[in-house]
Amino acid sequence: MTEFQTVIGLEFHAELKTKTKIFCSCPTTFAGEPNTHVCPVCLGLPGVLPVLNKRAVELAMKAGLALNCQISPFSKFDRKNYFYPDLPKAYQVTQYPLPICKSGYITVPDADGNEKNIRINRIHLEEDAGKLVHSGESITTSNYSLPDYNRAAVPLIEIVSEPDMASAEEAKAFGDKLKLILEYAGVSDVKMEQGSLRCDVNISLMPKGSDKLGTKVEIKNLNSFRAMHRAIQFEEDRQRRMIERGEKIVQETRTWDEGSGQTLSMRSKENDHDYRYFPEPDLVPTVITPEWIEAVRSELPELPDKREKRLKEECGLSYYDCAQIVATPALAFFFDEVAKIFDDKKTIANWLIGDVSRLINVAEKEYEQIPIAADDLAYLLEQAKSGAINNNSAKAVLEEMFASGKKPAEIISERGFAQISDSSALEEAVKAVIEANAKAAEDFRAGKQQAMGFLMGQVMKATKGQANPNLVKELLAKMLK
Amino acid sequence: MAITVNDVEYVAKLAKLTIADEEMDGYIKKLSAILDYMQQLQEIDTNGVPLTTHVLPLENIFRKDEVKPCLPREKVLANAPDTEDGYFKVPKIF
Amino acid sequence: MSIYDMTINQLQQQLNDKNISSYELTKKYLARIEEIDPVIHAYITVTPEAALEAAKASDERRARGELIGDLDGIPMALKDIFCTDGILTTCASKILANFVPPYNATCWQRLADVGAVLLGKCNLDEFAMGSSTENSAYFATRNPFDIERTPGGSSGGSAAAVAADLAAYTLGTDTGGSVRQPAHYCGVVGIKPTYGLISRFGIIPYASSLDQAGVFAKNVYDCATVLEAVSGHDEKDSTSTPYPIGDYRGACQRDVKGMKIGMPKEFFEEGIDPRTIEIVKKAAEKFAAAGAEVIEVSLPHTKYALPAYYVLACAEASSNLARYDGVRYGVRVDKPTLEEIFCATRSAGFGEEVKRRILLGTYALSSGYYDAYYNKTLQVRTLIKEDYDKVFASGIDCLLTPVTPGPAFKLGEMLDDPLTMYMTDVCTVPINIAGLASMVVPFADIEGLPVGVQLIGAPFSEEKLFTAASAVEVPRRLPPDILKQAVEKGVER
Repeated sequence: MTEFQTVIGLEFHAELKTKTKIFCSCPTTFAGEPNTHVCPVCLGLPGVLPVLNKRAVELAMKAGLALNCQISPFSKFDRKNYFYPDLPKAYQVTQYPLPICKSGYITVPDADGNEKNIRINRIHLEEDAGKLVHSGESITTSNYSLPDYNRAAVPLIEIVSEPDMASAEEAKAFGDKLKLILEYAGVSDVKMEQGSLRCDVNISLMPKGSDKLGTKVEIKNLNSFRAMHRAIQFEEDRQRRMIERGEKIVQETRTWDEGSGQTLSMRSKENDHDYRYFPEPDLVPTVITPEWIEAVRSELPELPDKREKRLKEECGLSYYDCAQIVATPALAFFFDEVAKIFDDKKTIANWLIGDVSRLINVAEKEYEQIPIAADDLAYLLEQAKSGAINNNSAKAVLEEMFASGKKPAEIISERGFAQISDSSALEEAVKAVIEANAKAAEDFRAGKQQAMGFLMGQVMKATKGQANPNLVKELLAKMLK
Repeated sequence: MAITVNDVEYVAKLAKLTIADEEMDGYIKKLSAILDYMQQLQEIDTNGVPLTTHVLPLENIFRKDEVKPCLPREKVLANAPDTEDGYFKVPKIF
Repeated sequence: MSIYDMTINQLQQQLNDKNISSYELTKKYLARIEEIDPVIHAYITVTPEAALEAAKASDERRARGELIGDLDGIPMALKDIFCTDGILTTCASKILANFVPPYNATCWQRLADVGAVLLGKCNLDEFAMGSSTENSAYFATRNPFDIERTPGGSSGGSAAAVAADLAAYTLGTDTGGSVRQPAHYCGVVGIKPTYGLISRFGIIPYASSLDQAGVFAKNVYDCATVLEAVSGHDEKDSTSTPYPIGDYRGACQRDVKGMKIGMPKEFFEEGIDPRTIEIVKKAAEKFAAAGAEVIEVSLPHTKYALPAYYVLACAEASSNLARYDGVRYGVRVDKPTLEEIFCATRSAGFGEEVKRRILLGTYALSSGYYDAYYNKTLQVRTLIKEDYDKVFASGIDCLLTPVTPGPAFKLGEMLDDPLTMYMTDVCTVPINIAGLASMVVPFADIEGLPVGVQLIGAPFSEEKLFTAASAVEVPRRLPPDILKQAVEKGVER
């Protein structure tokens, strides 16, 4: 039996994080009452003209740099012509032959755990369409539809990969990595559930070892990477069976139906693909100099691959710890902030992955909204490390910092968490415990090491947990000699 | 170069225009005459000649990313043939 | 001298001397429109209330000594292709029969800001596609010099309004000759400045890379006054000039002595009425007599400009006119599904010429024909532009040519022959293709019909055009009684 190889290419649309739309000054804010974030320009009224948002160009450049692309010294816009009620001008302004970025790549692990580069063909800038609210369940069962143009002309980048992925896993790894990079770069909110990141899949099968690509099918309506993974697996299976039965794969667009877990053919209409692209006469070309590229590059933070390597090498963190921190940009940026003040990176990592993450989850907050300041956490960790407070107290302080927003020093003093590290102050308490627990003291002298633990516990109890445990141990050992 | 009924129907479909049967001959005749006239462009050797898409050699005309007031919704919808609850309204698409 | 014969400066003098108020002047123009326009049909919409209100405001400014400029209080009109906030803007199409824009075209805003008094909106060929105003969905405009003839197009209403004294000046648009050809047919001055000099914001587009607003006026100096008010960079139009505008009125006073006037031989070849050629040669003699040097030049790709124009203009139009789909504005033809609405709305809403150009443009851009038509034309555009670049680089200050092959043709004469109608644009389209400045001034007549000459300048050389135009113009007035009989008889629309 023939073995097949899956060939997958992905197309992503990411909404850029600008304040205003790509060609007019309307806000890009998500939601809002229908048709309230619009003006004559994004409504496509007769006679209005587009003016390009410079920030959108810079964010597209940032995305390109973060994805190892070449930034085109000369790019321009084109019109893609088709009729649809969500498209106010009946053409979409996009970039066709001369996109702003070309030829990049993302590194992902392949099936054997080796690094594999997935190539990116291009990134181009374009405008989003409006939204149609349907009266019924879906477009086909609705009696009428209600266009809302709030989202029309929100700036998008379309990122087109080469067909370099061989499995649903690789496709998902690519998607995850792309999302993370765009998030680090500050290019997009990348929220699939809100539609600020969208993904289409192109998939075909060919006999293993062949270099002749099979007929590809496009899958749309994927609103999570999980859906993408499932859809690819379904489609691999469907296409393999068809080929095995000797049936011909039709080049078409299919939609993922989450409920039934299958891809369904979308009614394809003839002519649909004759978009009659031509240069947009209302906009002028964009010329990007090396100086401009460097200025934009300097705005980029350290990106995930490099960051993971650094955390591993410089901070001696485990693979697990690195991955945990790098996977959440806000946490990684917070890590850097704390590390500027407090240099025990391993400890910072433990606290961030442990208690800080736990408290964020409990509070049902986003990492973007960590309610404590980096220098406050650094102070707290310093207190714990120096022995000024013990570890349990430090945890309690952190909790209260989350709850009340108070400064750690204030909490420590209010709750009397300061550890007793003065040996003269502790000697009294240790002496009293030894006298009150003569039996245990005897046992220890007789060589029973466990007795030490008991005696320490008694000292801690007597000092309400404020004694420095190391000091207590030292004193007990000295006095029981 | 003669334009055919099929050609006219194809472009009419793309342009969302309906050409009635009785109009078709007239369109074909006039369109063919104009297309023939346009054919003389083919006489010119344009090998290696760059394309002119803009006569004014401008580049990098940008707008600052600053929010300005939107159009009040009553004005947005004032010219609309049909509306509902702040939306434009159209019947089912296909 | 009647107030209708007065230039803008003379009218300002009258207003300043309190011989007349702007309110009275506006009333006089409105009365003349009421009397004459039923014969001429220059206006689609007349806005008497708004006009009188604006005039009153101007009079108040004048009384307070706060006059804004030379256009304050002067009655004028716009081609119905300029969007006017709160005023019906139809583009002479049924599809926009009810469209009231919530914004002003920038050039109209600039005039409103200096106190212009808008009398109304002038007729045109639907979406500016045509050369006679016969493609208006409403009615054809008549040439005031002979009401059996066309005023030209597409800005025929704007040209006829100035010629028939139905406005002191007007604005039009010119994509392939739509200001210059009607100016020539109606015996008025018309300028199509360099692409980018006047903002296109708020002007309903026909072909975006060719469209440019222009001015109709009684004489060259008035034209300069208005052009100075409407020109210059607009942040809402990415293709508008970033350069400062010129001193056009100052240029009108300069001497042509020493200027080099080019006569491109390709503009005097077959198809041009010999009488027209004679007139242009007379204009050349006038230049020579005034001390300018007249030189024959060659623009070898001239004959390709017209076919190139129709490919480009139709291609862009097919996309620009796609938005009229009956969803957000305009007249919708109701049907059970949206797909049917699209087709029914557009088929009923557009006239035949508009549909023909949309089909042509769609064809030229469709897969399989794109390279042969559209891309080829963009290359030809380069060659045409290079012809002009060379001529101007050789030291020529401006070119002198005919405007159209002959004088105004009869209404209905070319209706069934679009290609012959297109040919009337043969001398004007190359200028839009190459993005140059161009102006038409009245100079002579043929059998009582006005004939102008065309002056062409390098991009942003409007000052030179105004100097040359001032030297050669022979202002043309409508014979006083010519419309009397027609008005008495009345004319069917």
